[in-house]
Amino acid sequence: MPHISLSNLTIAYGNHKVLQDITVDIPNGQITVIIGPSGCGKTTLLKSLNRLVDLYEEIKVEGEVRIDGVNIYDPKADILALRKKVGFLSQKPYPLPMSIRDNITFGPRIHGMNGKELLGQIQELEKHIPIDSLCPNGRQKETRSRKTHEMAYLVEYYLRLAGLWDEVQERLHDPATQLSIGQQQRLALARALAVEPEVILADEPTSALDPISAQLIEKQFKILKNHYTIVVVTHILRQARRIADYVIFLYLGELVEHGPAEQFFSSPRDERTRAYISGEIS
Amino acid sequence: MIASITLVLCVLAGILIVIVMRGASSLNLAMITQTPEGGYYLGKGGGIANAIVGSLYLAFGASLLSFLFGLPIAFALQKEYLGRRLARITRLSLDILWGTPSIVYGAFGFIIMVYLGLRASLLGGIITLSLLMLPIMIRSIEEVIRMTPPELKEISYALGTTRIETTLTVVLRQALPGIVTGVLLAFGRGIGDAASILFTAGYTDYIPRSLFDPVASLPLAVFFQVATPIPEVQQRAYASALILLIIVLLISLGSRLLSRRCSKHIVR
Repeated sequence: MPHISLSNLTIAYGNHKVLQDITVDIPNGQITVIIGPSGCGKTTLLKSLNRLVDLYEEIKVEGEVRIDGVNIYDPKADILALRKKVGFLSQKPYPLPMSIRDNITFGPRIHGMNGKELLGQIQELEKHIPIDSLCPNGRQKETRSRKTHEMAYLVEYYLRLAGLWDEVQERLHDPATQLSIGQQQRLALARALAVEPEVILADEPTSALDPISAQLIEKQFKILKNHYTIVVVTHILRQARRIADYVIFLYLGELVEHGPAEQFFSSPRDERTRAYISGEIS
Repeated sequence: MIASITLVLCVLAGILIVIVMRGASSLNLAMITQTPEGGYYLGKGGGIANAIVGSLYLAFGASLLSFLFGLPIAFALQKEYLGRRLARITRLSLDILWGTPSIVYGAFGFIIMVYLGLRASLLGGIITLSLLMLPIMIRSIEEVIRMTPPELKEISYALGTTRIETTLTVVLRQALPGIVTGVLLAFGRGIGDAASILFTAGYTDYIPRSLFDPVASLPLAVFFQVATPIPEVQQRAYASALILLIIVLLISLGSRLLSRRCSKHIVR
């Protein structure tokens, strides 16, 4: 069963329908890219998956989004648990107004996780992504007693997972706002990962970044996709080609076409997809 | 632009020059360390320690009281809590209260005190003064809270936090420098107000020992001294005004320093 499954999802702001009748399954453990021109509902679709759309006024959602079989729009659905399970990266990275370290520990602390739970969480993750594999140039991790410094270990692990540790390990207590924008986006990734989500949503995560930082984010996504289901919104076609395993193409609020990336780009079925890929429409 | 800045600076300089010229000669250690002796208002010895301490008591007490009520209200004015419509109405009411002359607060406080059987006291002064300070504090804090980028809250919500958690961890930290400024702005307004405490706090030559004792204050000390026909006492009025001005200046500098310290982590 797919992790995330949308059926007949229609979203309207007031009387204006932004998304119409979207039905699609998002494959597990892959990078799904939502592409389409600006203003076609990509971000709304993404934010509907963790109910961030609820924050907008006059929003109306019809249809179903099932995550692990549970309809998240059910009135009894637990939104907090949902948002814990579905991490989110915004277009422009916003560090929380605290230190680098506190940005990472924010989620676990607010969810009241104790040392044992933290340790369990990381150990489970380490089975899939061992920390040694995250140390570039054969550099080994600092020897830390895991039992007594769970938080420190958590911070190190997730910063490594986001590819940021080497750049910030000396200044964990500095304000996160002092980081470059590219580093801030990787910090945002580490912060989202620290609440141990199963899904990562990213809303044009590289559009505010320089090419090198953008490349770093893409690289991290490729490492992470083995363990997380990743959904990325982009309007950069070349980025979609680079990272997508599965593609969803939206045009004017309508789901035009979706399918595995290779098939989508090499032999699109719909005329509009063909026109978009060839650059006739944008 | 330059003309307007010059005008503002001239007014400030004018006030300072007049007060310093007239008051500086009477300013001495006894003035700030002693309470009035018999015949003080006829030009004899003593000081206005009673009014300095009284004013600080009143302003600190009222700041604390209005902060306790004001901060939750300022937070509640966010759209997640009150909704746009109710927040707009509350804001409008606060703006009207802000513009209400302080003598009206004084009269209102006095009626309530009479009704409750309280006499002019530190407590009465603190309560009335905090009514005056509350709208200032709420509106200035709320303006900063409203400037919190919505994306920042969104990020926090996306991590699975409740709105209270987001408010108390993210919004509070982000707005902290503004909160400090708001509190001290209200403090500055409160310590200089005479009309609201005229009936409610009373005036005395002693430093109050309990919340139910009457209390002196600097603005009223200025008022009473400047109204006498004796030149020495009038000079002391200016000296008292100078002391008040110095306190306000220190508070304002302190608030800047504090708010700068708090803005280390602020997301711009």
